[in-house]
Amino acid sequence: MNKDSAPSIDIMRSQLGRARGLGAAKSGLHHWWTQRVTAMALLPLSLYFVLSVLMLAGAGRAQMAAYIGEPWNTVLFLCLIAALFSHLSLGMQVVIEDYVRSDAKRMVTLLVVKGGIVVLALACAVSVLKLAF
Amino acid sequence: MAEFTLPANSKVGTGKTYKAPAGAKRVKEFKIYRWNPDDGKNPVTDTYEIDLDACGPMVLDAIIKIKNEVDSSLTFRRSCREGICGSCAMNIDGTNTLACLKPIDDVKGAVAISPLPHMPVVKDLVPDLSLAYAQYRSVEPWLQSDSAPPPDGERRQSKEERAEIDGLWECILCFCCSTSCPSYWWNGDRYLGPAVLMAAYRWIADSRDEHTGQRLDALEDPFKLYRCHTIMNCTQTCPKGLNPAKAIGKVKQLMLERQG
Repeated sequence: MNKDSAPSIDIMRSQLGRARGLGAAKSGLHHWWTQRVTAMALLPLSLYFVLSVLMLAGAGRAQMAAYIGEPWNTVLFLCLIAALFSHLSLGMQVVIEDYVRSDAKRMVTLLVVKGGIVVLALACAVSVLKLAF
Repeated sequence: MAEFTLPANSKVGTGKTYKAPAGAKRVKEFKIYRWNPDDGKNPVTDTYEIDLDACGPMVLDAIIKIKNEVDSSLTFRRSCREGICGSCAMNIDGTNTLACLKPIDDVKGAVAISPLPHMPVVKDLVPDLSLAYAQYRSVEPWLQSDSAPPPDGERRQSKEERAEIDGLWECILCFCCSTSCPSYWWNGDRYLGPAVLMAAYRWIADSRDEHTGQRLDALEDPFKLYRCHTIMNCTQTCPKGLNPAKAIGKVKQLMLERQG
């Protein structure tokens, strides 16, 4: 028998034991629901962002600062950043959990990606605030 | 990472061709996945030419004919030949279905047949479903009630309550849906899969069952339940026309509801 293709038994735990695993984590609803809520918020916010970009096409720094400095625009931009990056973070977590198999690699990838997203989100928020004030 | 190519010892080669008998008029090719655990070789696809004038109408008729008359080593599961036992679930023409319910005429060109995707293969078209069965066992698919049944008869349901489990109890556990689900392919050891989640919802939706909360508790997990990304392959492939994706959606809805 070819050694490489010979079936080997490396799990002798019962199938029911494997199926039950570590039990239910008693979480997941919050993640799932937040992902949907941020998606709903992003529908109008993205539209607002695209319209803003179109309106400001060719504008200089002073004009940009004046636009973003309007209190409502500042608030909407910060809402957009919060919704966008929390949605991104939750979505990337799902993708990584789907495709990265080993627990250690999964944890490291999650920490790096989510940390990067926090830095990006704060950079965006600070940019908006610097322009506004 | 998830594996997107087959490991070297799983790559499928070309196997033997069994010609149709001389004089056959309506010849159809069946390209069938073959793997034998005992010979140490890679899997191959064997081609069988079948005279449809001497064969029943369903794909199961053809593979039974092959086993009886052409190649007795072809291995597959079958029992009732009428879509009730769920034994002959396999991938036919790219879709998981029951060989006994799939008309040969539905397939244009050669009929490609392989075992249910992404499960360990025992031999040829026989997948190892023992983990899937254990996952079914893990959701405790039986009535759990602390109230004693009425001494003079069965537990009663109104017509409306009974209607809640229509479209759920008909599942025959062929696992066509679970093995069509990419989430189940990548994380089948932790994600319960559509067949098992629909079975869990069948008891959550049953008015006679009193363990609804415990059942939801057991499912609330990022992997067991929330690996479902509403891909809908399950509903598309179900040979019984059921809708596991909707049942999973109902479970998520109840999770939200009890959160307040």
